[in-house]
Amino acid sequence: MNIRIENLSKRYGPQKAVDDISFQVKTGEIVGFLGPNGAGKSTTMKMITGYIGIGQGDIFIDDQSVKQNGDDLKKFIGYLPENNPLYLDMPVMDYLAFCAALQGVEKTRINERVREMIRITGLNAEKHKKIGELSKGYRQRVGLAQAMIHDPKILILDEPTTGLDPNQIVEIRKLIRELGKEKTVILSTHILPEVEATCDRILIINKGKIVANGTAENLRNQAAGQEILRVRIEDAAADAVLHELRRLSATDRVEWVDKSLNRFEIISRTGASAKREVFQLCVQKGWVLSELIPMETRLEDIFRNLTMN
Amino acid sequence: MQAIWVITKRELNSFFDSLIAYIVLVLFLGFSGFFTWLFGSDVFLVGQANLQSFFSIAYWSLFFFIPALTMRLLAEENKTGTIELLLTKAVTDRQVVVGKFLSTLLLVAIALLFTLPYVITLANIGKIDVGAIACGYLGLLLMSAAYISIGLYASSITNNQIVAFLAALFIGLFFHIIFDALASNFTGWVGELFNTLSMSDHFDSISRGVVDTRDLIFFFSIITVGLLLSELSLTKRNLD
Repeated sequence: MNIRIENLSKRYGPQKAVDDISFQVKTGEIVGFLGPNGAGKSTTMKMITGYIGIGQGDIFIDDQSVKQNGDDLKKFIGYLPENNPLYLDMPVMDYLAFCAALQGVEKTRINERVREMIRITGLNAEKHKKIGELSKGYRQRVGLAQAMIHDPKILILDEPTTGLDPNQIVEIRKLIRELGKEKTVILSTHILPEVEATCDRILIINKGKIVANGTAENLRNQAAGQEILRVRIEDAAADAVLHELRRLSATDRVEWVDKSLNRFEIISRTGASAKREVFQLCVQKGWVLSELIPMETRLEDIFRNLTMN
Repeated sequence: MQAIWVITKRELNSFFDSLIAYIVLVLFLGFSGFFTWLFGSDVFLVGQANLQSFFSIAYWSLFFFIPALTMRLLAEENKTGTIELLLTKAVTDRQVVVGKFLSTLLLVAIALLFTLPYVITLANIGKIDVGAIACGYLGLLLMSAAYISIGLYASSITNNQIVAFLAALFIGLFFHIIFDALASNFTGWVGELFNTLSMSDHFDSISRGVVDTRDLIFFFSIITVGLLLSELSLTKRNLD
């Protein structure tokens, strides 16, 4: 199912939590929602799930308005809220069966679904314990299990991997990737590598507005503009190398990184690449090119650039 | 309908899992048994084969116990945030409210069911008026339903269970005695109005064996208003 958000706004008192945002998510797409605390990620997710009312604008799920048919659309959505609230006095299996029944899973299939979820999330050893007795990581797995129990077409996950150990994080990411092939997934996170590992597209939101929307690669290109190479050229005098590099037609600037090791940073002109010229220069002069590293702008830098004002 | 039952079942289980149900059952049966059979104006003192003494005890004990049952229904969910999970499931706010209401009503009905031995005992002592006793139980159930819906509303407006308990008692107190007391202090239509609002007036008339439509309208109005207000305070999160 496709999600289309049109000019969505929401205010809490005088403060605008979400300010006129629009975007689309298609079936089979995993979108990562990034943003500093209080940027409006959770508010947007709560509006999609129908927990809080829509201020201005509207959300369409397969052309059905959440504003008008919110209650009918709930059954297509699996939601893991922030902080993962759960009934601590219920045993894991009972809780999952309760969620399945509420989501309208047929009676005969409830047991099968519960077992399936317990297997996927690795809760087998804990399935008879009360949720209150579980550690944070296991509770998070219960939260994920209840979100997916009715095999929803849309998954809204608010910080799904908090509290999980590294092995579990890898597993959950893999699971989300697999599910994402046929479902529509929106997840929010603070962990930037996670977005790159799991998401097809990144939305960065700041102060209620969308400040970036695209694949990780797209964002890098937009942010970087100029190619940056880090090279090490041996068997040559550093000053001579610097002089020659600066004369290349594709280079904009060349800077020292480490004079004693003959390391340089080459910033190419916009739209040009200096890689070939550097290689040919070395061949021509008989220098040894022992390192050539294209420097990517890190996602962290993009994030900081867009959200720090 | 199915969703309501799923919620009712969970709430009822949760009453029994958390011991609340057992404590309330023991206290209710202890109180009412003691005063019906052993102490004060008990059955033997009155010397009539009716349960009037039980009904007047239950009239008070239920008044105090019901807020203790209803206080956690929504206040706890508001506090722990589980309300968000519940309301984003494929259920409407109304189904949640009605499900929780029914669970408490069922618990009270179970408590009343445990007093059936009283009726059997009484039937062995003397000739009982089955109709009057059935009406007495109906009155207790209707009164309980009214206080449950008030308690549910009190629980929906706060995330603190103590506040929910006290608010439910406070609102309940008006119907339980204050309107009755006011009614006797006023004459004319004002007195008549307070009399109509008084719980004891309607409860007495039903437990005497007279099921009047006015009494039924009274009870069902309180139930409906309480449930609608509870639903409204859940829905309020949607407003800007």
